[in-house]
Amino acid sequence: MRSLRSPLGRAAGLGAAHTGVHHWWLQRLTSVALVPLSIWFTVSLLALPAFDHATVVSWMAQSWTAVLLILLVLAGTWHSQLGVQVVVEDYVHGSGAKAVTLALSTFAHIVVAIAGVFAVLKVALGAVA
Amino acid sequence: MSRYTLATSIFNRFTGVLLSVGQLALVYWLLAVASGSRAYAHAHDILSQPIAKLFYIVLMVGFSYHLVAGVRHLIWDTGRGLERTQAKRSAWIVVIVSMVLLVVLMYCLLAQGISR
Repeated sequence: MRSLRSPLGRAAGLGAAHTGVHHWWLQRLTSVALVPLSIWFTVSLLALPAFDHATVVSWMAQSWTAVLLILLVLAGTWHSQLGVQVVVEDYVHGSGAKAVTLALSTFAHIVVAIAGVFAVLKVALGAVA
Repeated sequence: MSRYTLATSIFNRFTGVLLSVGQLALVYWLLAVASGSRAYAHAHDILSQPIAKLFYIVLMVGFSYHLVAGVRHLIWDTGRGLERTQAKRSAWIVVIVSMVLLVVLMYCLLAQGISR
């Protein structure tokens, strides 16, 4: 036997976990999105005339601000989830500890993503006085 | 793997985790905005503490580095710049460009702080 890979596995080009390429691709996709999004966010924050509630609300209530903030939160949390996953896989030893840490990280990222999107939508849809 | 590629890689991970923590602060701020003016005033006090301001400076270091180092990774993904001499040169480019970006960010932040 010259190779341990099955003919089907070789043809499909996937590893045993079937997700390596997917993970790699999403990490790239989110990083490409985050280049303009993070620059926009930084410039926008620096351009805000003040950080009182009324100013921030009127900024967040603009349609494009809200859309870009939601994209920033989603791309950011997704990129973070994938990045933290790699760090945990490399530095947390023991399969049990690894699985628990990865599960906690995933839950935390989902909570942060939904909380962020909810907050932006609430302000953008005019539910905040 | 040589020393500089190792150092730039580890620092990219470190700043990435740092920015993940920064994202928590961002979402906390967004939730505070969504919770009304009184809740926001309370959060604003917390986010204006000296320790928080120090954290923003650390975050800006992390952002400057991770952004530039990330672009280097994206260029590598196209199959370019993978030769040893090129990787050594781009490691230096990343350090220099991210420092320039950091100086620009700090300047803008200070200029903004003075104008208020």
